[in-house]
Amino acid sequence: MKYVDAEQVKKRMNGRIIKNTIFKSSFLIATLFGLVVLTILIYRVFADGISWINWDFISGKLSTDANRAGIMGAILGTFWVMAVVAPVTMIIGIGTAIYLELYAKKGRLQAFIQTNIANLAGVPSIVYGILGLTIFVRAMDFGNIVLAGGFTLSLLVLPIVIVAAQEAIRSVPSHLSEASYGMGATKWQTIKNIILPAALPGILTGAILALSRAIGETAPLTVIGIPALLIPFPGGIWDKFTALPMQIYYWTLDSSLVEEYANLAAATIVVLLLLLFLLNSAAIIIRNKFQHRF
Amino acid sequence: MSLSVAKEKTNFKMDTSVVRPTAMHENRKIVFDTKDLNLWYGSTHALKDINLSVYEKEVTAIIGPSGCGKSTYLKTLNRMVELVPSVHTSGIITYNGREILSKNFKVEELRTSVGMVFQKPNPFPKSIYDNIAYGPRIHGIRNKKILDEIVEKSLRGAFIWDEVKDRLKENAYGLSGGQQQRLCIARTLAIEPDVILMDEPTSALDPKSTHKIEDLIQELKQDYSIIIVTHNMQQAARISDRTAFFLNGEVVEYDKTDTIFTNPSDRRTEDYISGRFG
Amino acid sequence: MALNSKLAKENNVQVREMIEQKQKSRSFLTIFEKIIPILLFLFATLSIITTIGIIYTLLIETIHFFSAVPIWDFFSGTNLKPLSQNPEFGVLPLLNGTIISSLIAMLVAGPIGLMAAIYLSEYASDKVRRILKPLLEVLAGIPTIVYGFFAFTFVTPVIRSIWPDVAATNILSPGIVMGVMIIPMIASLSEDAMNAVPNSIREGALAMGATKLESTFKIVIPAALSGIISSFVLGISRAIGETMIVTIASGSSKNFTFDITQSMQTMTAYIVEVAGGEAPAGSTIYYSLYAVAMTLFVFTLIMNLLARYISRKFREEY
Ligand SMILES: Nc1ncnc2c1ncn2[C@@H]1O[C@H](COP(=O)(O)OP(=O)(O)O)[C@@H](O)[C@H]1O
Ligand SMILES: [Mg+2]
Repeated sequence: MKYVDAEQVKKRMNGRIIKNTIFKSSFLIATLFGLVVLTILIYRVFADGISWINWDFISGKLSTDANRAGIMGAILGTFWVMAVVAPVTMIIGIGTAIYLELYAKKGRLQAFIQTNIANLAGVPSIVYGILGLTIFVRAMDFGNIVLAGGFTLSLLVLPIVIVAAQEAIRSVPSHLSEASYGMGATKWQTIKNIILPAALPGILTGAILALSRAIGETAPLTVIGIPALLIPFPGGIWDKFTALPMQIYYWTLDSSLVEEYANLAAATIVVLLLLLFLLNSAAIIIRNKFQHRF
Repeated sequence: MSLSVAKEKTNFKMDTSVVRPTAMHENRKIVFDTKDLNLWYGSTHALKDINLSVYEKEVTAIIGPSGCGKSTYLKTLNRMVELVPSVHTSGIITYNGREILSKNFKVEELRTSVGMVFQKPNPFPKSIYDNIAYGPRIHGIRNKKILDEIVEKSLRGAFIWDEVKDRLKENAYGLSGGQQQRLCIARTLAIEPDVILMDEPTSALDPKSTHKIEDLIQELKQDYSIIIVTHNMQQAARISDRTAFFLNGEVVEYDKTDTIFTNPSDRRTEDYISGRFG
Repeated sequence: MALNSKLAKENNVQVREMIEQKQKSRSFLTIFEKIIPILLFLFATLSIITTIGIIYTLLIETIHFFSAVPIWDFFSGTNLKPLSQNPEFGVLPLLNGTIISSLIAMLVAGPIGLMAAIYLSEYASDKVRRILKPLLEVLAGIPTIVYGFFAFTFVTPVIRSIWPDVAATNILSPGIVMGVMIIPMIASLSEDAMNAVPNSIREGALAMGATKLESTFKIVIPAALSGIISSFVLGISRAIGETMIVTIASGSSKNFTFDITQSMQTMTAYIVEVAGGEAPAGSTIYYSLYAVAMTLFVFTLIMNLLARYISRKFREEY
C-alpha cells in the first residue's frame, strides 16, 4: 500500500508552483514599492524646487518675501553646527570605543556601558532636544546658539560613532598589534600607531554617517528654540543660528499661507539632499579607497 | 598498564635531570633559564613543569605535535602570552639572570631585547621604511639620519636590502610572502635584540623562501640567540643546535639536536621523529 | 652572505645603547600610559551621564507637573486644553494620536518590509540584492523633515483628491509616510534574522520538493520569528518617537477621536508645539512638556528593551 499518491502530488504540483510565482512577484513589488516612493519623492522635490535655485537663493539672506529669500544664513548655521558636532563626536566617540574595546575589563561595568549606549541609540531625537533645552540653553545659559545646538546633536549621534568605531577597532587583526607589542611598544603606542590608523577608514565612515544624520535632524532644534527668521549670518559657535532643516520646516508649515514657500522649502531640500549625497559619496570613497589588505 | 605509565614518568624525570644545565658542563652562557614553569589558560593546563635552559648564540628548536604548547612557551618568554586575559603562571623564568615573570619586570623592556617573528608574516600596513623604523621610533629615536642607517643595516642583516632598496617608500603589502617574512625579521633586528623568538616562521612560505630564511637564521646565530618553533623536523635537524621535544604541555626530551635525531632516549621522541604520531 | 652580516655589525650606530639611554629618560611615558585609560574612561562615562541627564531632567520637571496636575487626571483625561482659562491636561488625546499614527505606519511598514525582507533573503540573487539593498537604505537616510514636506505637500493632496473627506491636516497621510520611512529598517533587520537561518535547513525542505514559498513560510520564517518580531517592535518604537512628519502633516488638534481623516496630535508634536511656543518656565504648560516627554521616553524605552529581550531570549540556536 502506498501512502503517497503520485497522481495527487502531480496534480497539486502545478498549483503550488503557480502560487510560488505569484508570491515571488508580490515580494518583488513590495521591495520596489519603497524605491518607487523614493523616486516620486525626489522627483517632486526637484520639480518644485530646482527652478528656484540660483546664486541669489544660495547666497542671499532670509526674507519673508519669497522672491528675495536666500538660505546662506541657514547654510552657515548648518556648517557651524557641524563644526561643533564633528570634533566632539569624533573625540568622545573614538575615546569611548577605545576604552570599551581595548581597556575595559570584560565585566559588569563594560556590559552596563554597552547596554546604555544601545538604549541611547533608541531614544527619540526630540528627547535629546529637551535635554539640550534644559541643560545647554537654560541651565548653562548658552541660549539658542550654535554651541548649544551642536552639543545637543552631538549627544544624539554619539552612539552611532561609538558603535562604528568599536566595529572598526574590532576588525583590526590582532596579529598587527601583536607585532607592535612584540617590539616592546606600550599599549598606547600600539593603539596610536597601529590600531587607530588601521581602523580609521571604518571610523571615518561611521563619523560621516553620524554627521549626515545630524545635518538632517530637525526635532531637537525646534525644541531648543531655533528662531524662524534670523537675518544675520552666524559667524561662529557663539552666535545665534538657524539651520537648513529648520528653514525647510518653517517654509513647509507656512506654505498654506504663502504658496511660494513650498517652492522655497523644496529648493532648500534639494540643497540639503545634495549635501547629504556628497557626504555619503565621501564615505563610500573612503571605504573603498582605504580598504586594507591585512 | 598504569604501572608502565608510572615507570615511564619516572624515566622521563631521570632523563630530564640529565639535561639540566648543571649536569651539562657547558661553557656557553645561559640566556633563558626556565624552572618549574606551569601555565594555565583559565583551567586548561597548557604548560606543565617546564625546565629548560636556552644557550646564548645558538639555535634552539622546539618541536612537537600541534597543540602541545610550543607557541605558548615561546610567548611566555617575552610575556606576549599575557595578552590572553585568562592566563596565569607559576614557576620562574630568568633572562640573563633576571626574573622576568615578576610584575616589576617591565614587559616593554623585555620585548625590546627579546624580539619575535610570527607564523604569518605580519608587516604593518605602512611603507617598508616605516615598518623597520617603527621599533626605533617607539623607543624614542627620531633622528632621520640615524633612522636611515638603522633601516639599511637591518634590511641588509635580513638579506633583503637588495630587493627593496629602491622601493623603501612603498607599502610593505606589495612584497611577496617570503619577502614580507624577511622584512619582519629585519624589523626585529632594527632594535638590536639579544634573542629572537620565531614561531613557525616558514610554515606559510614556499620552499624557496623557506630556504632563504633558514640560511638567514644560520647567519643570525652568530650575533643572536634564536629560539624557533617548527612543525618541520627536517628543519629542526638542519638549522638547530639543540632541540626540545614537547608533548601535551611537557618537555619530553631536550638535548643536542644530533642526539635527539640519532639517539633519542625517550620512546615518544623516537616515535615522533620517525613520524609514528603527530 | 657572511660578509653582508659583518658589514651590518660593523656599522657604527649603536641602537641598543641609544634605546637604553632613551628608556631611562622616559618615565613620563609610564605616567602617560596610566593617565590614558583614565581619560578614556571619562569619555565612556559621558554616555552614562547623558542617560542620567535625560532621566533626571525629565523626572524633576515631571514631578513639578504632577504637583499641579493630579497624576490620575493626566493619564485618564480625554481633554487636553493647555491654553484655555481652565486648563486641562489629559494625555489621552496625545497617546491616541501617537498610537493611531504608529498603527498606520506599521500597517504599511510591517507587511511591505517583511515581504521585501523575504524577497531579498530568499529570492533575490546576490547581484540583485547588492543593488536593491543600498537603494532601500537610501530611504532610511532621507531626513524626516523631507518626509514631512512630502506628506504635507504631496501625499495629503493625493489622498484628498481620492477621498475628499480627508482634512488638510490629518493623521492618515503622515502615518503612511512614516510607514514608508520605516520599511528599510524592518526589511533589513528581518532580512538579517532570515539570513541567520542556516542554508542546510532550507535545503532540507527544498530537497523534499517544497517550493521556495513553502520553505520560506514553513521553515525560514518560524526559525527567524524572534528576529522578525523584534524588528517590528523596533519599528513601532521608531514610529512613536518620530516627530517632524506628524508635526507638519497632522496639525495640532487635540481632539480625542478615532477618525483618521482628521488632525490629531502626537506626544512628539505636542512637545514641539509647546517648546516652540515660548511657554514661560515654571508655568504648568511648561512642565506638561516634561510629563509628556517622560511618557514618550518610557514608552520607547520599553519598546527597545522588549525588542532586545525578544531577539535574545528566543534566539534560535542552530
Ligand atoms: N588563547 C588561548 N585560550 C585558551 N587556550 C589556548 C589559547 N591558546 C592556546 N590554548 C591551548 O593551549 C594549548 C597549547 O597551544 P599552543 O601553544 O598554541 O600549541 P602549539 O603552538 O604547540 O600548536 C592548546 O591545547 C590550546 O588549545
Ligand atoms: Mg603554534
